[in-house]
Amino acid sequence: MTEAEQFDLNINGEVYPVRADGAATLLNILREQLGLTGAKCGCNQGLCGACNVLIDGQAVRSCLVIAGTCIDREIETIEGLEKDGELSSVQQAFLDTGAVQCGFCIPGMVLSATALLRENPKAGVEEIRDAISGNLCRCSGYVKVVDAVCRVTKNQAYD
Amino acid sequence: MVVTLHRPNSAHEALRLKVEHSESMFLAGGQTLVAMMNADLIEPAALISLENVSELKDIEKKQDGSIRIGAMVRHAQITASDMLRDAHTVIRGAASVIAHPAIRNIGTIGGAVSHGDPNSDLCPALVAADARIEVTGPNQSREISATEFFLDYLTTELEGNELLTAIILPRASAHSWGHYEKFARVEGDYATTSVAVTLALNENRMVDQLRIALGASGATPIRVPSAENELQGGILDAASVTEAANKILAACDPLDDVRGSSDYRRILIPRLIKKAVTKVRTLADL
Repeated sequence: MTEAEQFDLNINGEVYPVRADGAATLLNILREQLGLTGAKCGCNQGLCGACNVLIDGQAVRSCLVIAGTCIDREIETIEGLEKDGELSSVQQAFLDTGAVQCGFCIPGMVLSATALLRENPKAGVEEIRDAISGNLCRCSGYVKVVDAVCRVTKNQAYD
Repeated sequence: MVVTLHRPNSAHEALRLKVEHSESMFLAGGQTLVAMMNADLIEPAALISLENVSELKDIEKKQDGSIRIGAMVRHAQITASDMLRDAHTVIRGAASVIAHPAIRNIGTIGGAVSHGDPNSDLCPALVAADARIEVTGPNQSREISATEFFLDYLTTELEGNELLTAIILPRASAHSWGHYEKFARVEGDYATTSVAVTLALNENRMVDQLRIALGASGATPIRVPSAENELQGGILDAASVTEAANKILAACDPLDDVRGSSDYRRILIPRLIKKAVTKVRTLADL
């Protein structure tokens, strides 16, 4: 094999044919080839969490996953959470709470919280904080983010 | 440059590919390797992904009570495994504080250990747990004690064509305990210093075996058997532990880096050893 490889990726329930070099990360392909720019390239080192996506339901850093290792896996990005024009409960809660400042970290935050609540719909504050512990917000807006997730779990932590 | 990605289905095929493509690198979870590629620190000509090698993905308990952790087992899987009990709790403790949840969901024990970073969490934990490292080459497998596996910063016993295939933990006694104590600037960071401890008591509830291994305190995980031996047969009284901690400190050569100066770490090391040993002593109700 001397050229970029062609294969399909299953993203948000749709099949996307892609062409990727063996070193291309999932984040590269999402943003630069498929125009799915919800996942952000912050540090490209796995430190900031702005590129988080879900693979088979688990939050992972798309900047540290080689695209060619994702064949036959279910990838979900922030673009896939809205269904028939309706935001997911986590997205809606971020909006209602005013948890978004500049917004750069928010897709990653929402996906980390989504993975947690699917597994544990009644997650407590500590579990929520742990789930988003790998998502950096440089506006330092963690309080309202935790508030938003608590709104979903009906656990009004900061009231 | 075009990088080829190979996706073998077995360890055997992965090893064959490595011989054929000598400039290639094995790709496990990629949480360090891909970060290094993104930072232009390494530029592998080809990658051999172990993602489809299902034989490396399980934790199994053997008939003799030993536990075999496949190289592709994720940190999150280790954290959740109730097979790792008693002294082996030290491995779970270490895996549970590696970076953040999204990294633990995909990072693997084989990747972390073959990288040989003395600042990592699992390396000292394996030394404290008296683990053996199973390494497979094109023709044969060999097992190396964790104590002997780590040679220097990012340097291990692994040869060019070998693959780390499993971590093997000896049977843990029902009267054994383990603890991993990490001191870091913030949660999720690499350790400034860390201490992995395992303790087994004899029938008189005295120390039968104590193993203490330090992370981020030198070029490899640091262990000083002579200091441990002095605590054997005792009850881990404060004075003896302080003496042992100072003896271990003398063998440390911590770095000056962004996580702490060498001098700062030298102050921290004996205190963290005492904290970790006190914790394991409490667990043992000693």
